[in-house]
Amino acid sequence: MSNIGSYEERYAKFDWKISADELEYGKNGMFNIGYYCSDRIVEKGFGDRVGLIWQGFKGDVKKFTYNDIRIYSNVFAEFLGDIGIERGDRVCIFMDRIPELYMSFIGILKMGGITQPLFSAFGEEALFTRLEDAKTKAIITTRKHAGKIRRIRERLPDLQKVIVVDGVEQNLKPGEIAFNMEGSTPVEHFEIEKVGPEEASVLHYTSGTTGKPKGALHVHSSIIAQYLTAKWVLDITPEDIYWCTADPGWVTGTSYGIIGPWACGITQTVLDSGFNTEKWYQFIEQHKINVWYTAPTAIRLLMKDGTSVVQKYDVGSLRHLISVGEPLNAEGVIWSEQAFNKPFHDSYWQTETGAIVITNYPGMKVKPGSMGKPFPGITATVVDQKTFEPIATTGTVGLIALKPGWPSMFRAYWENKEMYDSKFKNGWYICGDRASIDSDGYFWFVGRDDDVINTGGHLVGPFEIESALLEHEAVAESAAVGKPDQVNMEVVKAFVALKPGYEANADLELSIMNFIRKKLSPLAMPQEIEFVDSLPKTRSGKIMRRLLRAKEWGQEIGDISTLEND
Amino acid sequence: MSEEIKNLIIEYVKKEYLEEDAEEEVNENTPLISSGIVDSFSMVSLKTFLEKKFNIKIPDDKATPEAFDTVTNILNLLKEYNVT
Repeated sequence: MSNIGSYEERYAKFDWKISADELEYGKNGMFNIGYYCSDRIVEKGFGDRVGLIWQGFKGDVKKFTYNDIRIYSNVFAEFLGDIGIERGDRVCIFMDRIPELYMSFIGILKMGGITQPLFSAFGEEALFTRLEDAKTKAIITTRKHAGKIRRIRERLPDLQKVIVVDGVEQNLKPGEIAFNMEGSTPVEHFEIEKVGPEEASVLHYTSGTTGKPKGALHVHSSIIAQYLTAKWVLDITPEDIYWCTADPGWVTGTSYGIIGPWACGITQTVLDSGFNTEKWYQFIEQHKINVWYTAPTAIRLLMKDGTSVVQKYDVGSLRHLISVGEPLNAEGVIWSEQAFNKPFHDSYWQTETGAIVITNYPGMKVKPGSMGKPFPGITATVVDQKTFEPIATTGTVGLIALKPGWPSMFRAYWENKEMYDSKFKNGWYICGDRASIDSDGYFWFVGRDDDVINTGGHLVGPFEIESALLEHEAVAESAAVGKPDQVNMEVVKAFVALKPGYEANADLELSIMNFIRKKLSPLAMPQEIEFVDSLPKTRSGKIMRRLLRAKEWGQEIGDISTLEND
Repeated sequence: MSEEIKNLIIEYVKKEYLEEDAEEEVNENTPLISSGIVDSFSMVSLKTFLEKKFNIKIPDDKATPEAFDTVTNILNLLKEYNVT
């Protein structure tokens, strides 16, 4: 029997109070996520339960009980207070998936800070944009990534503290603080900040078609949704060993790689390693993982290596499989039934929703290729893209829309009210994705409604790439679009027109690739560059990405009446 | 020649994928992909470098995370294209 039981009954009779009551949310005036992910589990008598099994790429393993998590997060919280970080300050976490990342995440929340996790593969310009926008006061990092911060620090007047968790004084620069979590004096008691339920907790940056990345701001009461979705969708029970493969630089890695599972008091695992098929299966076998939350990109990479590799390992511990990041195609679901004797369950949500909103549930029939149905408490539909009225006809494609008001809904884009307001139309939050609903109420993903590129489950903004491309000495103008990719669904392709005197060749292509990779991130690096004489533009001079994208996907080009050159 | 190619790839990895003041040592057996020095997206730029340098074309199904995980593995892959 799954945790959710009958989906239909749950959906018909639902109140978020179910979750708040189970968590005892707000008892003694406590709303802080940090408390619910550590101290509360210890108070319930599970301090000796392992909360985190961490494994490095060399195979070294560290285990942390809930009491360890409580104490180490206290250590971070106290330290941050001691160096002058105050309630509401933004504290960025910028490191690989090491234990300090997870402990500092909870520690920042406990002392009332707003945690701002950023993907450690970000280049210096991507990092700068996000730190500047958030007016981040402190950043927690490692020696490996400190160089990127050093190169931009002078341009960030608000960034007062740089904390290096594996730093030793002699190899740090002036103004950097060495901090050793495990070497610090344990902090047995820390007065957790009594934040309000609507007080800011986590700031995740996400990309749009135009402008700079936006900071989606979440609040402490988001845990009400993250806890219950972890319990009902991921179907985790206290005895489970759980593996979320997402990096906490992205929202899946915090909502379901930290908050949800730890609020449930389960054992979660982290593999701090690049992708390797055999290593992944070994990891499942070694730690007897029961519940596995991963991404279609990873599933497709595993598929490429075939079922014969799976058979070399004992993966019989797996009980429930879930996928997120981009639509999981039917082939992935069918393959997982062959490889693991159970289907992957696709789940749909985004940075702004904070938690899963449409998904397939354990015990409910999986229609391969479908997104599933709305989570109880979520009113979801598809709306007409002009009138924003719900579409009554089944099978008709519209924009996915959600009735605002679920606990983990973002409350703002950081200092960008206009952009935030633009996401709400006719009383609906518009997700920016297109889908249809079938006669059984299942949602079917069609595609995005904008130019944002979804590569390997991560959204990359074309504007940010194009702006960076223009900084390359040889580039006169450029356009970035998504092109189809068997593994990552989409990858970045750049169309580049060169300045006079530059010649298109393989050396220049490689130079531009590496330029973007270092400046922004490997995700933003064009996997292909096509050199062109000029780019198609509207009569008003705007580059027509839509046309370039349609060409890549073999789609109808549509109305080109405003085209300047063809 | 093989030694020369090995050193060329190691130097390229150090220059392009590591910070200037990086403390990591890279030799022919250092894991590149599984250690995160080169991630799966960046593999494309490493593949492009090899193709350009040795005037070869490596098909996508040969450019796997395993084949690129160490310089030794890359040298073995290059042997298939008579680059030794």
